[in-house]
Amino acid sequence: MPQARPRTWRPDGWLALALAIAALVLIPVAVTLAAFAHPQAELLAHLAEFVLPELVANTLWLGAGVAVGVGVIGVSLAWLTAVCEFPGRRFFNWALLLPLALPAYVLGFVVIGLLDFSGPLQSALRAAFGPVVLPQIRSRFGVIVTLSLALYPYVYLIARNAFATQGAVALEAAQSLGHSRRAGFFRVALPMARPWIAAGVMLALMETLADFGTMAVFNYDTFTTAIYKAWFSLFSLPAAAQLASILIAFVLAMVVIEQRSRAAMRYGAVGRAAHTRRIRLSGASAVLASGWAGAVLTLAFIVPVTQLALWALPILGEDLDARYWGFFRHSLVLAGSGALLVVATSVLLAYAGRESRSPGMPWVQRVATLGYAFPGAVLAVGLYIPVAWLDNLLIDRFGAAAGVLKGSLVVMLLAYLVRFLAVGFGPVDSGLQRITRSIDDAARSLGHTLRTRLARVHLPMLRASLVTAATLTFVDIMKEMPITLMTRPFGWDTLAVRVFEMTSEGQWERAALPALAIVIAGIIPVMILTAHGDRAHG
Amino acid sequence: MSRFALLLSLLFALVPAQTRADEVVVYSARNEQLIKPLFDAYTQRTGVTVRFITDKEGPLMARLKAEDRNTPADVLLTVDAGNLWQAAAEGLLRPVKSPILAANIPAHLRDPDNQWFGLSVRARTIVYNKNRVKPGELSTYEDLASPKWRGRLCLRTAKKVYNQSLVAMMIHELGEERTEAIVKGWVDNLAAPPFADDTQAMEAVAAGQCDVTLVNTYYFGRLMEKKPNLPLAIFWPNQAAKSAMGGVHVNISGAGVTRHAKNPAGAVRLLEWLSSEDAQNLFADVNLEYPVNPRVAPDKVVAAWGSFKQNLVNVEAAGRLQTKAVRLMDRAGYK
Repeated sequence: MPQARPRTWRPDGWLALALAIAALVLIPVAVTLAAFAHPQAELLAHLAEFVLPELVANTLWLGAGVAVGVGVIGVSLAWLTAVCEFPGRRFFNWALLLPLALPAYVLGFVVIGLLDFSGPLQSALRAAFGPVVLPQIRSRFGVIVTLSLALYPYVYLIARNAFATQGAVALEAAQSLGHSRRAGFFRVALPMARPWIAAGVMLALMETLADFGTMAVFNYDTFTTAIYKAWFSLFSLPAAAQLASILIAFVLAMVVIEQRSRAAMRYGAVGRAAHTRRIRLSGASAVLASGWAGAVLTLAFIVPVTQLALWALPILGEDLDARYWGFFRHSLVLAGSGALLVVATSVLLAYAGRESRSPGMPWVQRVATLGYAFPGAVLAVGLYIPVAWLDNLLIDRFGAAAGVLKGSLVVMLLAYLVRFLAVGFGPVDSGLQRITRSIDDAARSLGHTLRTRLARVHLPMLRASLVTAATLTFVDIMKEMPITLMTRPFGWDTLAVRVFEMTSEGQWERAALPALAIVIAGIIPVMILTAHGDRAHG
Repeated sequence: MSRFALLLSLLFALVPAQTRADEVVVYSARNEQLIKPLFDAYTQRTGVTVRFITDKEGPLMARLKAEDRNTPADVLLTVDAGNLWQAAAEGLLRPVKSPILAANIPAHLRDPDNQWFGLSVRARTIVYNKNRVKPGELSTYEDLASPKWRGRLCLRTAKKVYNQSLVAMMIHELGEERTEAIVKGWVDNLAAPPFADDTQAMEAVAAGQCDVTLVNTYYFGRLMEKKPNLPLAIFWPNQAAKSAMGGVHVNISGAGVTRHAKNPAGAVRLLEWLSSEDAQNLFADVNLEYPVNPRVAPDKVVAAWGSFKQNLVNVEAAGRLQTKAVRLMDRAGYK
């Protein structure tokens, strides 16, 4: 591994590019921080006395629980499908991604509907055995399990790519050195995949910390629910923004600590998966593997989607009108163009990190991907306020026709970019890390310039990561609510907007139809992803 | 070809259509399925188009504020008085002088300063399990705090504005100290952690997890329409003449004309029509609410629940005292 690399490009140019991307995120950050100009000491003192102690504990428990939950589910399934062979492996390989398309709050509502005291399970138990008391599902335990089931695909998808390219090789190397298979997994393959696992867990954690919908369904109070309480119930947007900046600072610290703890290590690809054989599971271990994958898929997808279908069926004739085609099309156009924008920007940002030798670069990258840590509606306002301000400025100078920004798709797509850059950047950056410097050197020695190196060497090697990033972003935008609600032009209602319309007055059964449509639209990129993945990894 | 279509639609969306004189723009926190039928009917009768966008109240108000004098919105529509009061307090609405609105809407259901107007009435009342409670056991909201309901009460979360408005009205009627004791009593009586919505709380009552709950009547109507055999019934509390808090707590779904409306006259005409005999049934019945206009009879499903005496304090108090109510519920441990 070369210690010093020759400068082939002006590093300052890369830094400037990364700064420009980060500047987009700094806009809502600045609006949020500006709230400190309006001190809310008395209100915050009230929250600190009566609300914060419990919900800080709640938030920490939730974060820890979900990190462990998505880690265990995601890594185990990724290992099984990427490296092992067991009955149903090919099916589970793609099917385990499907829960990605199901919004967590929808899963939460179905879980409560089925498992709460008045739900069918407990009612049937009572009918059969008299008074039976099951543990309360609307609880810390229930919310952790629900979010783990909803968010494990982030870890699964990213870790599977890592295992598929290096897992079996690592294991073989470990075994040739006399390690057992088990020790090989825990001491070699797992540590080697750490950047990818961490990237997935971090996405799940940011999503969890900023989540409002699922928390509302479970009535579980976290830091983010307090932010919304300050805004919607106590009518103080400044107090909400101040609390939000504390949350974002916390996430930033978390990201930096994780980054530091592995800063000394270098990760690179160790070989081609195509040349290695899968570990063939048999007997009890094969049954266990299929059973585990099947159980996760059943709980996280088959049961909730069946329930949604049962709810949607009776209202199909009434609600499924010609407008649905429009909602569907709007969702696809927004998610598709948003995903393209996010992935392209992610490549630029990741590349800037690789090429620039500026010591500030990791910080710039961390800031640029902070949008995912914002509670959605706070980010939406943080973006909308400056846009409206700019619009007003233009209108004052050039007349009413100049006010074209707000209510245009450009603002909407930029807002998606700010929100979801982390989702695209995670897979792209960790994919880029797997391309060793020696490959760069080889390409350079063959006379490749930076541009041809990117186009002919890196992008093909990154293909799996790019498709992963695009899929995650696409599905996330499909499910996104607050930004879509606030920035959509008149008439641009999407499937997520339909879900909002139905759920905000508690009509969950009627929300099943648009929720199902989101799932169906989300399956399309999962299929594309699988087709690509199979070609890439065999 | 498809790339062309995409580009075209992007360009099209880039340029917002200009507001025309025969058009009213509405920012609505009331759901699309509850307002679109009305706006369609209005367009059919008058030829005036109504363009609208839906979102939660908080973001809609933040949006109005950010857009300031260049907002496209003429009307702000919400589903509770608290948010309308807040919008008026932040200077987002304008006073409207309209004899028609004054005649159609009872005084306690509109702003004393004429900045907002109730368009439908939502009663928050007691629903109980017929097999486990005799109506004679029930009396008032306050009584649900008494020890006889220990382990028998279910409530929706305190985060919902309907409960905040109820507690705000209780503060107005009973004073802060007494209200806090009552809310603490409610919390002590809970059989299960607070629910995310009224329907779940009623399902719990029906299943026997608890015996009574507090809900808006249209949730009861919707649930019974779907599951008519549930052992649930409505009770109207605080009906006795000597009740400290007189009458059932009512809230409104309502609207105001924005301060920077481009078509204020058109906005007022729309509100006047919405409060008229022509529109009131459509407005209220689509969601099993009560018409605000006393000359209009409610839907027959709604009428079957019986008539009741409502609390006549101006709903403006619910907005004014909302933050006080939220803090009180925090202190009482009502989540």
